Amino acid sequence: MFSNILIYFVVIPLVMLGALGLCRNIRQIRAVAVTGSLALTALSVYLLVEYIALRGAGATAPMLFTGTWSWFTPLNINLAVGVDGISVAMLLLSSIILLTGSFASWKIQPMTKEFFLWLILLSTGVFGFFISIDLFTMFMFYEVALIPMYLLIGVWGSGNKNYSAMKLTLMLMGGSAFLMLGLIGIYYHSAPAGEPLTWNLLEIAANSSIDKSWQYFLFPMTFVGFGVLGAMFPFHTWSPDGHASAPTAVSMLHAGVLMKLGGYGCFRVAIYLMPEAAHDLAWIFLILTGISVVYGAFSACVQTDLKYINAYSSVSHCGLVLFAILMLNTTAMTGAIMQMLSHGLMTALFFALIGMIYGRTHTRDIRLMGGLMQIMPFLAVCYVIAGFASLGLPGLSGFVAEMTIFVGSFEHADMFHRVFTIVACCSIVITAVYILRVVGKLLFGPVYDQHHLALTDAEWWERTSTITLILCVAAIGCFPNFFADVIRFTFSPEIFTVIGMH
Amino acid sequence: MIYYLVPALIMFCCGVYGFVTRKNMIAMLISLELMLNAVDINFVVFNRYLYPQAMEGMMFTLFAIAIAAAETAVAIAIIINAYRSIKNVDVTDFNKMKE
Amino acid sequence: MEATLPILILAIPLFMFLLLGLLGNKMSHKMAGILGTAGMGVTLVLAYITAFTYFFSGNPDFVSAEGQHLQYVVFNVDWLQFYKDLVIRIGFLLDPISALLLVVITTISFMVHLYSNGYMRDHHGVYERGFQRFYAFLALFSFSMLGLVVATNIFQMYIFWELVGASSYLLIGFYYIKPSAVSASKKAFIVTRFADLGFLIGILILSYYTGTFNFTDLTSSAVADSSNVFAVNIATSEHIRNIFASSAAPVFMGGSVLTWALVLIFMGGMGKSAMLPLHIWLPDAMEGPTPVSALIHAATMVVAGVYLVARLFPLYLMEETALVIITVVGAITAFYAAMVACTQVDIKRVLAFSTISQIAFMMVSLGVARPEIHEGLGYMASMFHLFTHAMFKALLFLGAGALIHAIGSNDYTEMHGLRKYMPITHITFLIGCLAIAGIIPFSGFFSKDEILSSCMGYNWVAYVWMSLVAGLTAFYMFRLYFLIFWWKEHPVREGHHAPHDQPWTMSVPLIFLAAVSVVAGFVPFGNLVSWNGEPYDFMKHFNWNVATVSLVVAIIGIGIAMVMYRKENPLPDKMQRAFPALWRWCFHRFYWDELYQFITHKIIFARVCRPIAWFDRHVIDGTMDGFAIVTNKVSWAIRGLQSGRVQMYVWIYLIGALLLGTVTAVCLL
Repeated sequence: MFSNILIYFVVIPLVMLGALGLCRNIRQIRAVAVTGSLALTALSVYLLVEYIALRGAGATAPMLFTGTWSWFTPLNINLAVGVDGISVAMLLLSSIILLTGSFASWKIQPMTKEFFLWLILLSTGVFGFFISIDLFTMFMFYEVALIPMYLLIGVWGSGNKNYSAMKLTLMLMGGSAFLMLGLIGIYYHSAPAGEPLTWNLLEIAANSSIDKSWQYFLFPMTFVGFGVLGAMFPFHTWSPDGHASAPTAVSMLHAGVLMKLGGYGCFRVAIYLMPEAAHDLAWIFLILTGISVVYGAFSACVQTDLKYINAYSSVSHCGLVLFAILMLNTTAMTGAIMQMLSHGLMTALFFALIGMIYGRTHTRDIRLMGGLMQIMPFLAVCYVIAGFASLGLPGLSGFVAEMTIFVGSFEHADMFHRVFTIVACCSIVITAVYILRVVGKLLFGPVYDQHHLALTDAEWWERTSTITLILCVAAIGCFPNFFADVIRFTFSPEIFTVIGMH
Repeated sequence: MIYYLVPALIMFCCGVYGFVTRKNMIAMLISLELMLNAVDINFVVFNRYLYPQAMEGMMFTLFAIAIAAAETAVAIAIIINAYRSIKNVDVTDFNKMKE
Repeated sequence: MEATLPILILAIPLFMFLLLGLLGNKMSHKMAGILGTAGMGVTLVLAYITAFTYFFSGNPDFVSAEGQHLQYVVFNVDWLQFYKDLVIRIGFLLDPISALLLVVITTISFMVHLYSNGYMRDHHGVYERGFQRFYAFLALFSFSMLGLVVATNIFQMYIFWELVGASSYLLIGFYYIKPSAVSASKKAFIVTRFADLGFLIGILILSYYTGTFNFTDLTSSAVADSSNVFAVNIATSEHIRNIFASSAAPVFMGGSVLTWALVLIFMGGMGKSAMLPLHIWLPDAMEGPTPVSALIHAATMVVAGVYLVARLFPLYLMEETALVIITVVGAITAFYAAMVACTQVDIKRVLAFSTISQIAFMMVSLGVARPEIHEGLGYMASMFHLFTHAMFKALLFLGAGALIHAIGSNDYTEMHGLRKYMPITHITFLIGCLAIAGIIPFSGFFSKDEILSSCMGYNWVAYVWMSLVAGLTAFYMFRLYFLIFWWKEHPVREGHHAPHDQPWTMSVPLIFLAAVSVVAGFVPFGNLVSWNGEPYDFMKHFNWNVATVSLVVAIIGIGIAMVMYRKENPLPDKMQRAFPALWRWCFHRFYWDELYQFITHKIIFARVCRPIAWFDRHVIDGTMDGFAIVTNKVSWAIRGLQSGRVQMYVWIYLIGALLLGTVTAVCLL
């Protein structure tokens, strides 16, 4: 069991949990958090290298590093792991955001130990989710990732935190209910009559025995179930409140990684297993996600709370992820994953910066701040860079992701897809409007509040966190082909049936 | 046999009626005992007339009487404690726990 | 040709940007200025070498045996692959117009780098705050602009197109403490972004049907025995048109799909080149430091739109409609901007509107260019005008910068009569004015004359219209000139130094650019640049009538300006009172800004964004909260059933048992 590299993505966080339990003071807690997340980052980089090497050597299996360990035989539940390029990219993203999130919560008070315990538990769920290929364990890890969010927001949050924590958890649980139903439905149709049923993704896909009428029922169930976490319109309203109340690291992890669980699940489960329904029903969700792209952007234009702006911008960007996934072709889906990576990194950067600014000025209302460029130049410059990434400046990650999506979406020649693609393209203008509005009000111009003049610029741990994220954003932006190649393999017609259906 | 069963039935109905209508907890307890005893009578009667060679009905009755005694003791203790706290034995006044 | 030089041309500015941007604060101001200027100087030399090699070496890769200039792809690296053939590459394309633009950009950029060493200080030699940042951004801009012009494919162009937009944003907002600069930068970015949306959709359409981004695949065909040498070939473009004509949906809303693609791409060009109605950002962009205005908003970035159309010109030739649209937009813009320029008081605004007008000249020239009209004179004229305009407009802006630096204000009413105090500025500014007015032998005369000849060949309306604009140009430029340098004696205020000429770092660029503006007209431009690369005998199409008329028109314009503004007199006020409505509309730039303000704030923000935000918080979120509230209410409602009263449970049990019994009995019977 321990010869499989993937299992360590769960083992390391569990070891961290144990070590945290033994910690006596804040220094030890930090040491554990940083060492652990560094180890995870190193592991995921190693995995990436290994993965590329294996693919380079000609491995053509859909998933590599697979392993299966029986867990509950009567229902054929296994701990089954395996990764493809997308999971590898997601693991890398998660570990980087965990690392930077640990740095960003360097001074979290009170109950530091408990905070990190829940945070690490959450990331255990995240890592477990990305390595699983067994639907049941996948769902279990999914829930493990969601529940700690309630406590993290409810205890360490700010503002109307009880309401937000409750809302977020309940809405996501509501999504899980749909999802559970969908997954159980898939299980009972996972094999042809007479054969043993299975939870294993690859086997289900290979059997392709879910008949079409069931697909029409199960596809919306799973898609909406995951879509709630992917902030799909109209199930996105947990996102503004939840993000606004969450502490910095939690916002980072949540917007950066957890929302990606939604998108990841949507294609890994809903589309991968039920290609026919995906092909026939995509238009319904295309309308919804197309709306959320523009809708989120327009909403962000008039918000005054920094976190609300960013939450709505996440709705817009994550809407684009689901939008692209539903385009069901290699280019657009590759773009969707790039957008997931890109959005994960830059939104984490945004939330980190907002947290740092909020920690100093004690307000997130942009009407009460101004001219921060003169006071905290480092943070301000980082914010501008994050803004540029978000509005899609070439050389940063947002651009390549969006362009891949648009080019891919444009491959559909019918009027319906064309119109929605152009609507989605419009978001690049609206994004520029709200990003520059914030940058102009918050960072430029004269200093609004004279009390802010006494504030200090970033500390070293804050610098570490932001610089790491900026480097990652720039890496994707400058060398997109490297990442696109890693991702693209999964979306070849041989593996993703639905792509070959046109 | 019917001469034994009809009084038992009347006893049981009295018990049910008393349990449902009385607000006094002591009275409710008495009603409960009535129901139990009515059931006991039935056990004995059925045992005696239907399976005279068997002893299970008798044994079960004895067992039930013993349990009832213990249960009554506990119930009385609870009622006395409740009375101490609110100076009343009316069940409708016992609604503080749910808040 | 080795790829080293071209790579360095792009790499040095990028490196300077990173160096000055990251380590700028660690080095002294002077050091940063010298480093930035030196970096640009090296780039300048390399670009000159490249361009001269291209034009004059006679290498068969660059010039065919018939003397046709070829397109040479120096290198082309895959950057992002979409699907099999559709790849964004980052490369370096050498052809007549990219070589020309390399020269223009590096020249102006170097002059501006040099000039800024003097400009970005106050009179006591104290450097401005953010001096290093300024040089970093200049380097970033130069990098992006160079990347744009050497693009081998339309997506590379789009990438650098966005980057120049961003560096323009950063430089306009350089004085970020000033709210006006911040809003100007924001406006510039958003307006051009809006135009880029059109550009992007145009690219998507074009690439979807043709399956390629490469310029060489769209307009040229490969020359035998070589994979990276191409010749402009009208047959290739014809082929592209046939692809569109045979596609499933050749017509969309009355226009062919290719027309739509080209018009949308032109929309991107309209944004960057400030054509009506997307021009509103350029006058505001003058909030940036003056050298920036000279570099970005006069000489290089704003002509990117012209360059884009020129780059795809063989394709545009296929679609008459698109060219007509370009001509009409250009003609209207040229006239509009010239009218407005006649009334502005801020000298940079006058120059900005003049820039808009001159770029519109180039657009018109492209719009009227046809192979059958003087063998495509319009194309050549447009590029020629781009070149001469870059030189004399940069000169004018740098001169204006010198004046602003000396006076401390943009307003000409505070200048007047400066000719005695600032002789170098005076002479160079005068040369710039003569050049833009089109007086022989200054460079503007030649390029403008060619544009007018080309219009003449197209139709007489265009010719008369553009001649009129040329006359207006002469008038407003000399109005500006006389108001600055003549009008009345300069009022030297007590306690102030008399204004004086600038340090050498500022004078050298002025003198150099003035010299170029004088002689540039004699460059045998037609031999170097033409629409299909074949050398072009300019004198064959030289039309003495047109030349005489344009000269006369210019002189009339200058004459009127001289009468009105040479000496202080009441004539201008009289004119203003004679046409109050006209003057007011011109002065307020025909209320375009107010219109946009209305659309963005009153309609988009108030009627779209706010309702959506409200809808989200109250309807959608309200529904979600509604679920919670309903659940809560229901729980409270059925809570009574779980009262904890055993007696009630027994009642319910009894009634239930009775009912169940009855039902069972009824069913059984």
